[in-house]
Amino acid sequence: MSENTEQQPQPKAKRRGAGLWFLLAMLVIYGLVAIVDLDYARQGMHSFVGMIKTLLPALLLVFVLLIAFNLIQGIQQKLAGVTGVKSGVKGWWIAIIAGILSHGPIYAWYPLLGELKDQGMRPALLAAFLYARSIKLPYLPVMVHYFGLPYTLVFSFYIVLFSVVNGWLTGWLLAKGNSKIPAGGFSK
Amino acid sequence: MIEARAMKASVRKSGAAIWQLLPILFAVLLLSSLIVPAIPQLIHQGFLGNGDLIDSLGTAVVGSLAAGQPIISYLLAGELQEAGIGLMAVTAFIGAWVTVGIIPMPAEAMVLGWRFAMIRNAISFMLCIALAWLTVVSLHV
Repeated sequence: MSENTEQQPQPKAKRRGAGLWFLLAMLVIYGLVAIVDLDYARQGMHSFVGMIKTLLPALLLVFVLLIAFNLIQGIQQKLAGVTGVKSGVKGWWIAIIAGILSHGPIYAWYPLLGELKDQGMRPALLAAFLYARSIKLPYLPVMVHYFGLPYTLVFSFYIVLFSVVNGWLTGWLLAKGNSKIPAGGFSK
Repeated sequence: MIEARAMKASVRKSGAAIWQLLPILFAVLLLSSLIVPAIPQLIHQGFLGNGDLIDSLGTAVVGSLAAGQPIISYLLAGELQEAGIGLMAVTAFIGAWVTVGIIPMPAEAMVLGWRFAMIRNAISFMLCIALAWLTVVSLHV
């Protein structure tokens, strides 16, 4: 959620604009549905208010977690920076932890990833980083709210596990067709 | 110790992030509130409810094409499950949403290469079905 306004001001503004257009479109659709079937629209609006009410506490927690994550943003960048080519098993761990800790739109991370790639970071670790980004710690309270803690823990565990699988397979397939790319094994 | 200035900046940044998210969040909830009452009918008419694997493939395709914060997928998936969609299909939907990025793929390809982006996303898609199955199986063990 933290936007890097210095690097990516345009995507942020675009996203906000897109969000407003999306909201406007939904209001228009709601209006049309209400014209066609007022009862259905009323039922939907009732459901919408219920969803907002149940979601508010989780959103407040998200806000608090976002504050904490923004405070440690420097640490995240350091973690991503030490994911070197010869980092071995440690590199995998760092890539995954950095992925989990990274937040904000992926567009904000592309410049850093491009730089790391140019510095020789293994494609496998880049893929693992991108896969592990699927775990959004600040948003997990919302997942817990809907699916419960056991589901959230199991789902997150498999995301971590599959980030290695995804990274390894991506690295392996890339290396198969290009001898210049290092393989995505656990150690070099 | 956390400096007051850093804390203030962090609060402002987080507030801006939430503020930026709100229109999308409201829009998605409005969309959910319109779709959810129709889900039982869709199941009844055979569009969904065709077994875990077929449903999961369908929801994974939709999740792959969707773009937005993962929180949106949690909301939609939560409401879909409430409406009667199976947990595996719902998990495949979340998995595809958060791991496969068709919309940001051109940007990813520009930085990391088309081959990387396509291979990575294709593998992510295949893994999201396995992710859904394993999650559900693990919870029911």
